[in-house]
Amino acid sequence: MITLLESRAVNKRFGGLKALTDVSLTIRKGEVYGLIGPNGAGKTTFFNVLTGAYAIDGGEFVMNGAELPSAKPHLVVQHGIARTFQNIRLFRELTALENVMAGHHIRSSAGVWGILTQSRAAREEERLMQERALEILDYVGIVRHADTVARNLSYGDQRRLEIARALATEPQLLALDEPAAGMNATETAGLRTLVETIRGDGITVLLIEHDVKLIMGLCDRVAVLDFGKKIAEGTPAEVQRCPDVIKAYLGGHRAH
Amino acid sequence: MTTNSTALPLPASFALDRRLQRPLVILLALAAPLIALAMGKSWVRVLDFALLYVLLAIGLNLVVGFAGLLDLGYIAFYAVGAYTWAFLASPHFGLHLPFWIVLPLGAAFAALAGIALGFPTLRLRGDYLAIVTLGFGEIIRIFMNNLNQPINITNGPQGIDSIDPLTIAGLDLSKDLDLFGFQVSSLLLYYYAFLACVVAAIILVRRLQISRIGRAWAAIRDDELAAKAIGIDTRMMKLLAFALGATFGGVSGGLFAAFQGFVSPESFSLMESIVVLTMIVLGGMGNLAGVIVGAILLTALPELLRHFAVPMQMALFGKTLLDPEVLRMLLLSLAMIVMMLVRPAGLLPARTRYAHRDRRNA
Repeated sequence: MITLLESRAVNKRFGGLKALTDVSLTIRKGEVYGLIGPNGAGKTTFFNVLTGAYAIDGGEFVMNGAELPSAKPHLVVQHGIARTFQNIRLFRELTALENVMAGHHIRSSAGVWGILTQSRAAREEERLMQERALEILDYVGIVRHADTVARNLSYGDQRRLEIARALATEPQLLALDEPAAGMNATETAGLRTLVETIRGDGITVLLIEHDVKLIMGLCDRVAVLDFGKKIAEGTPAEVQRCPDVIKAYLGGHRAH
Repeated sequence: MTTNSTALPLPASFALDRRLQRPLVILLALAAPLIALAMGKSWVRVLDFALLYVLLAIGLNLVVGFAGLLDLGYIAFYAVGAYTWAFLASPHFGLHLPFWIVLPLGAAFAALAGIALGFPTLRLRGDYLAIVTLGFGEIIRIFMNNLNQPINITNGPQGIDSIDPLTIAGLDLSKDLDLFGFQVSSLLLYYYAFLACVVAAIILVRRLQISRIGRAWAAIRDDELAAKAIGIDTRMMKLLAFALGATFGGVSGGLFAAFQGFVSPESFSLMESIVVLTMIVLGGMGNLAGVIVGAILLTALPELLRHFAVPMQMALFGKTLLDPEVLRMLLLSLAMIVMMLVRPAGLLPARTRYAHRDRRNA
């Protein structure tokens, strides 16, 4: 198995609060990797540090052998990492199509001059971008809503659109922050199929999720965070048996 | 096409067939000065100014409407453009360069000023950005006011006069043209020259809007964090918005100096920035057509008041109770309050398109 992303002793502090303490994980190419843990365990913080939303306080992320820049989200995307947000963050006033086309930004290159003069290259790129965006919308199953303004989409479709927008950046690693949150059973089942399709197409998926059934059914490997530390890592079945994990989820005396 | 849900539907008489709209607008734009001329020359002058404001509004809309960066000092770029023209084409320094050098230079200097403003304010948003831009606008004006010593650069509060008019291919636009025995007013010549600039501006802005840059601006406006997360270099894109928006201000300023023949710091007060902002808010922020309508309405309003307010008050009360200038501010404020209550998205709140596609569905 080839390693895609490695976190090496990653630390993040907020004032006196240690949000992440020496978190080391290895994500392999082509797998679905789950990140679970009780509320406040540091899962989303891990995402934010990984994708450059927060500066890293110690340790490093290595993607395809190259160290990721800290606190530079737009550069992290160029390394092939795309993310979605726990609370959906779409471009509200843009249509679904325009949202996905915005996601193509870093994979397109037309400059001001080309756009102002409508050079052949710029027009061709715009046309291709639109075609590609429609394909991606079709891929996530909401192409019929291509011209709907994002804020008017149903909740489940907004989640799908966010995934489509992330896919438009052509990532190697897709990081999904609680994609099933707020979804009903049907929508969750649909999401599961979508994530499986994405994996099948060779994109590695990093998944934060509370839905244990989803995690257990979908993930190849899982890491458990608690109070900012990794307390277990392994296949879902292994992790489920781990006493520390049971303690973290069900309570019990902990020295902290 | 999706319209803003808070907007009231337009009355049926407004909802013209879309195919008819375009030719009608073009016809109106071409015929407007002739109609105005029939009412008196001063009305053509009003239209000329309206077009300069349209140019300003288009430029400011790019910054505020597209990229969501509230700029309260936009008039500074107008000032930069106007003073560039005044320096390079007037007896002040004895330079008389042609317009095709002066106008692009004015635009370039305004763009530089835009970057100068953008750079320190990249981290600011909303209210904080508004305060800094407001200060920037004032700084430029105060510079113009005081740079007459120790070396006289701007001629201070007296301003610069006898500025060269716009001369295109030997045709001096400040003089009436004798065309086959017809006397074509200089004001008409300026009108059509300004109209050409406005049309060019509309085409260029529409191209920017429907492009990866326009979408990046809209992304930053709607959610800056998400924009970063899909790889948009928000710093670069904001600087670009400031620079390109300022360019339009610079061009408009240069044309203003040539048209007026005189510039002084007085023309570039904070109130002017606010008026331009009001134009785009009134018309419908983001939407080009709305912005243009807003600019024309708000230029015409004070002129209408100047003509009718005093005679009407004299007829009604036998004396002038409210000065037209006071009345203008009063009506402007009232209009804004009513607008915010009834049509918060502006007069023409059509959704701005950032891709070619939904033209088919519109």
